[in-house]
Amino acid sequence: MADGNTIRPGLRFEKLTISLGQTRLISLDCTIAPGEVLTVMGPSGSGKSTLLAAITGTLDPAFTMTGRIRLDGRDLSDLPTEARQIGILFQDEYLFPHLSVGANLAFGLKPSLRGRAERRARIEAALAEVGLAGFADRDPATLSGGQRARVALQRMLLSEPRALLLDEAFSKLDTGLRAQIRALVFETARNRALPVLQVTHDHSDAEAAAGEIHALA
Amino acid sequence: MPADISIAESAPPRPARRARFLPWAPTLTLVVMLGPVLAGLAGTLAPAFGVMPALGGTTPGLAPWQALFDWPGLPRAVALSLGVGFAATALSLALVILICAGWAGTRPFGVIERLLSPLLSVPHAAAAFGLAFLIAPSGWIARALSPWATGWDRPPDLLILQDPAGLSLIFGLVTKEVPFLLLMTLAALTQTRPGPSLRIAQALGYARVTGWLKTVFPPVYRQIRLPVYAVLAFSMSVVDVAIILGPNTPPTLAVQVVRWMNDPDLGLRFQAAAGAVLQLGLVLTGLALWRLMELAVARIGRAWIASGARGRASAEHALRIAALILGATAALAVIAGLACQAIWSLAGLWQFPDLLPDGLTLRNWQRFGPRLSGPALETGTIAACSTCLALLLTLACLEAEHRHGLRPATRALWLLYIPLIVPQVAFLAGFQTFSISAGIDGGRVAVILAHLVFVLPYVFLALADPWRAWDRNQDTIARALGAGPDRVLWAVRLPMLLRPVLTAAAVGFAVSVGQYLPTLLVGAGRVPTLTTEAVALASGGDRRVIGVYALAQMAAAFAPFALAVLLPRLLWRNRKGLLDG
Repeated sequence: MADGNTIRPGLRFEKLTISLGQTRLISLDCTIAPGEVLTVMGPSGSGKSTLLAAITGTLDPAFTMTGRIRLDGRDLSDLPTEARQIGILFQDEYLFPHLSVGANLAFGLKPSLRGRAERRARIEAALAEVGLAGFADRDPATLSGGQRARVALQRMLLSEPRALLLDEAFSKLDTGLRAQIRALVFETARNRALPVLQVTHDHSDAEAAAGEIHALA
Repeated sequence: MPADISIAESAPPRPARRARFLPWAPTLTLVVMLGPVLAGLAGTLAPAFGVMPALGGTTPGLAPWQALFDWPGLPRAVALSLGVGFAATALSLALVILICAGWAGTRPFGVIERLLSPLLSVPHAAAAFGLAFLIAPSGWIARALSPWATGWDRPPDLLILQDPAGLSLIFGLVTKEVPFLLLMTLAALTQTRPGPSLRIAQALGYARVTGWLKTVFPPVYRQIRLPVYAVLAFSMSVVDVAIILGPNTPPTLAVQVVRWMNDPDLGLRFQAAAGAVLQLGLVLTGLALWRLMELAVARIGRAWIASGARGRASAEHALRIAALILGATAALAVIAGLACQAIWSLAGLWQFPDLLPDGLTLRNWQRFGPRLSGPALETGTIAACSTCLALLLTLACLEAEHRHGLRPATRALWLLYIPLIVPQVAFLAGFQTFSISAGIDGGRVAVILAHLVFVLPYVFLALADPWRAWDRNQDTIARALGAGPDRVLWAVRLPMLLRPVLTAAAVGFAVSVGQYLPTLLVGAGRVPTLTTEAVALASGGDRRVIGVYALAQMAAAFAPFALAVLLPRLLWRNRKGLLDG
């Protein structure tokens, strides 16, 4: 990395605090380096999702936030969600129900890749990568849970994010599938050198991530 | 690669491009919706006190009121308006409460719901004509019973229709208001989650209806209060239904005011304005009385709840059966009325005691059909324009709320109901005066703007809940994939919410099709629609031509609903996730 000396890559929280009224929910000062995972654990209502909303820029105005969030050195504060280059996976896949599997992926694929044939080829390749070759014309509602999770992952990756957020992303999957999808997501993030922040209340997720753990009260 | 830092390439912060229009949408909507009401009220108040320069009224005075109070029919007209309004509202509300208390969550309730819901789209005039065709001395019911049960071989000389006490008018209003209040109650029920409350009450030994009234009803009523007020105000001041079913000598106050307004003697306009102001006062008084009754009932209700009375299942059984029968009667009356219209529109010779005509023919449609096309086109144009405008404003308001984190205030809901509560006669004539000075009088544009006043609240009410219920995470996902707010709106949210958007549009269209008074008054009688033409035929009493017009009106109101159901099925036929949802 040529300019790694001047700018610290990764997802960085500089004296970040988030409060609701007088109650401080989050207090964080750390960096998630590319390819590393930070797991934030805590009971429901402890502000896990609030932290993710602050990173995606969808924080409810009722909360007050101080400090900064930087992604690869860039301050995210004034950027709208769509310009932050943050990928997110929820517990539900949120595949767009009105679009085919291929069109869902095309929604994520950057418009800078031009030409119908090239785009189609890129989408087919992304599907093949996760063992779903030929699924482009399928209705997302007809997929199994594991297939949907993989489509959601590939859609997110096609948008070329620079960081990845996981919001209880594996909690709906049953145990066998859960380990399999989890391994796929973490391995992909490592290969692409994405900093990952996951929030969960499940210890097996934290163990699988094999990274730092930050506990919320 | 992803860690390759290149700040210069990163997208610069993009200011929201639509921010200029969207934050103004709520204000613009209020102006469009309430502006005509307020301007119209001012335009009614002035002539009521003698000021209308166009007709030579320049000095303020009480002469219009003098003239109004000199009209011998006034006390009776006022009493009729109040009596019909209260009776229709109380009966409709009582029936809806009993149906819900006795049957909500059961299979028969589903049947009643499915029977009543489509009736909401039937225009008031069409439903009223249908009822008239049923209950008139020569109507279907008399035919069905004659001569074997009644001994009549010619229509009896009875004043069933347009009876002086307004009973048929009340019946007609109840059949139309029950579906409206039922749907509003259903919406409130899904929000207040009645299941647990009722189960706990039943576990404590309360009979079903008693338990429902004591635990579920109080929070539900709080939510349907505004619709109930709208029903009361509407029933007290309705014109088209009252012309068809209401008494004639004297008619209700609102009908008499419209007669004066349309009188060739322009001097009567002052008196009409005074009558319109009186109508407004009457409605406000009615609402105040209703509020007092609410307080009294709440007081009695609290004492009843505190008494711990459990209610007796055996007594309630009769009540539940009665509610079911009455609900079904209300629904079947409208359905049978529409069927009767359909038969009349196809009838050849149809003599009195015969249940069915001698033969069915298309002659009536061939004869009157060509005359329909003009009003039908006018109806469609006005309804399409006002619905599109209403949809645009509503979507802009909801999207502004979403993007700028605005919270809908409860007060805003009151504002939506103002056009539904202020009597139409009280401001439409005044609005007409204003549109004359704006140079758009008697034209389609003015009528579209007047319709918009009534279409907007319904479109907004129909769309707001599903729009707000949309999962915000879907928005976050789409934005995180790089889509701006506009792209999310057009490519994700609108397609996903296609069905509620189309339903709201259908509701708006039906509301516009059903408008009688705004079309008549603001269009100065020069903008003929299916509704104004049909009501104008009422006095003629030719059932064949009325049948043709009322059915055409009905079809115009119903077609968009059919489209709202079919279109999403067609578009999303390969999308299971949207078909079931």
